[in-house]
Amino acid sequence: MILSTNILAAISVRQVSKKFGHIKAVESVDLRVEPGEFFGLLGPNGAGKTTLINIIAGLCLADGGRVEVMGHDVVKDYQSARRALSDVPQVLVFDPFFSVRETLRFQSGYFGIKDNDEWIDEILANLNLVDKADANMRSLSGGMKRRVLVAQALVHRPPVIILDEPTAGVDVDLRRGLWDFIQKLNNQGHTIVLTTHYLEEAESLCNRVAMLKAGEIVLVEETTKLLRRQKEPFLRVRLKGEVSYEIRSSDYARVISASDGGYLIKLSGLSEVENVLRDLRESGCEIDKMEIEQEDLEDVFLSIMADNKSL
Amino acid sequence: MSGFRTLFIKEMLRFWKVGFQTLGAPILTSLLYLLIFSHALKGRAEVYPDLGVDYVTFLVPGLAMMSLLQNAFANSSSSLTQSKIMGNIVFLLLTPISHFSFFIAYILAACARGTLVALGVVLASLLFVELPVDSIVLIMFFAVCGAVMLGALGLIAGVWAEKFDQIAAFQNFVILPMTFLSGVFYSVEKLPAFWKWISHANPFFYLIDGFRRGFFGHSDTEISISVSVVSIATLSLSYICLHIIRSGYKLRT
Repeated sequence: MILSTNILAAISVRQVSKKFGHIKAVESVDLRVEPGEFFGLLGPNGAGKTTLINIIAGLCLADGGRVEVMGHDVVKDYQSARRALSDVPQVLVFDPFFSVRETLRFQSGYFGIKDNDEWIDEILANLNLVDKADANMRSLSGGMKRRVLVAQALVHRPPVIILDEPTAGVDVDLRRGLWDFIQKLNNQGHTIVLTTHYLEEAESLCNRVAMLKAGEIVLVEETTKLLRRQKEPFLRVRLKGEVSYEIRSSDYARVISASDGGYLIKLSGLSEVENVLRDLRESGCEIDKMEIEQEDLEDVFLSIMADNKSL
Repeated sequence: MSGFRTLFIKEMLRFWKVGFQTLGAPILTSLLYLLIFSHALKGRAEVYPDLGVDYVTFLVPGLAMMSLLQNAFANSSSSLTQSKIMGNIVFLLLTPISHFSFFIAYILAACARGTLVALGVVLASLLFVELPVDSIVLIMFFAVCGAVMLGALGLIAGVWAEKFDQIAAFQNFVILPMTFLSGVFYSVEKLPAFWKWISHANPFFYLIDGFRRGFFGHSDTEISISVSVVSIATLSLSYICLHIIRSGYKLRT
């Protein structure tokens, strides 16, 4: 993805800081999310992700710095900024007085939208909530309440959608359905900002990710480039029966660990797998089980977090 | 549908859906006050002797205003506190609804509940007493000012409170004593000097005295003083409330 600072940013965060008492929640954060991106905001618990999101959404007032959504300052021009944005909160919250449909109608009305039932029905269908449309919010399961939160965020068709841990407590099928729908919205041009602890979600969905630690951004990178930073793959093999051939460090491979016929071999590249297998075959070894292990986003995340221990 | 209109309708539905609790119960409570106090004090409490107003009749406007004040406060404070504690206030804070629209929608819903309860008390009382009306303008003025004042106070308390316990404390240790010490059940003129002074320092006294003036054409204090005190108190509380909402205090952390 080619990024340009000449086009209007979906979200622009400049030198934003926020303290709670003596605790620095967010410190001098600069961030730019481009229109149409599927952007991941990652970090351990307490890294400042939710605080940063709350500042962008206007739920929290920054001590310093400036935030714009689609060019609108979230403080000075808050009404335009909020029309352009939605935020699916992390915590399961709902109004116990109303049904799902009433909740969505009210949310539409808050944005000045009337007769929004057609779009509300489409959202309900995409989130598998049609049969719960007239149910009171109190009667819904946690996963359903979570989907209503997503529905509430979408009623005014905002160009920028922030999803703060949207799949926590949602079962696998529904999670897949939710991501299909969000992916569809992204394909239609909506900018998506996602925080999640399921790093495989971020890996498969996000074009770019930012990693936060102790309130500071430690990395902003395209996901594909980030994954290319990964170290060499590993080959895990288990041999059958008596092993006459001993795998040792050699020109092509390095044994990391060995126990009871099982070996973990570090490779310089995937092309080396064939060489290892050929040598094993030629030595009369029979392979019982074999597995190639590669670093994923989670490993990269852990490695980056470990590299920034001083923060 | 504008954001303001939606919020107002939502706030109306919120208390309407639990009407037994929010409308029926306070009307019944006021009628029980009327029944008990009228039987206990009839013939003993002398009020407006020159006008020959019956004590039960005298009680009705005071009880109606007391119910209006307490329910206007309860509506805005409980709605906001509940939204804050349950977290669903976030759906409102994420929208482009202005601070002023937010304020007006909550205040109007508080006015509506307070007025409906007061109206219920007056209508139910008509089964037992004949209630004169001297000035509908004064009745409306003090009813609206009372509802706005207590609606605003309820919002301030709702913003400040972090748990229901604090709202209950505000209601029981501030609102209730102020309404009971404002001349609902007696004419302040009959009180000893110290308690008379205390009553005159209580803005609720001017609300009830002026409201009662609208029915009987007689009050314990000059109507111009009541109008001035109530106007200043209503505008001041509204301004403070609006300022607090605009600042985001305890709403936008």
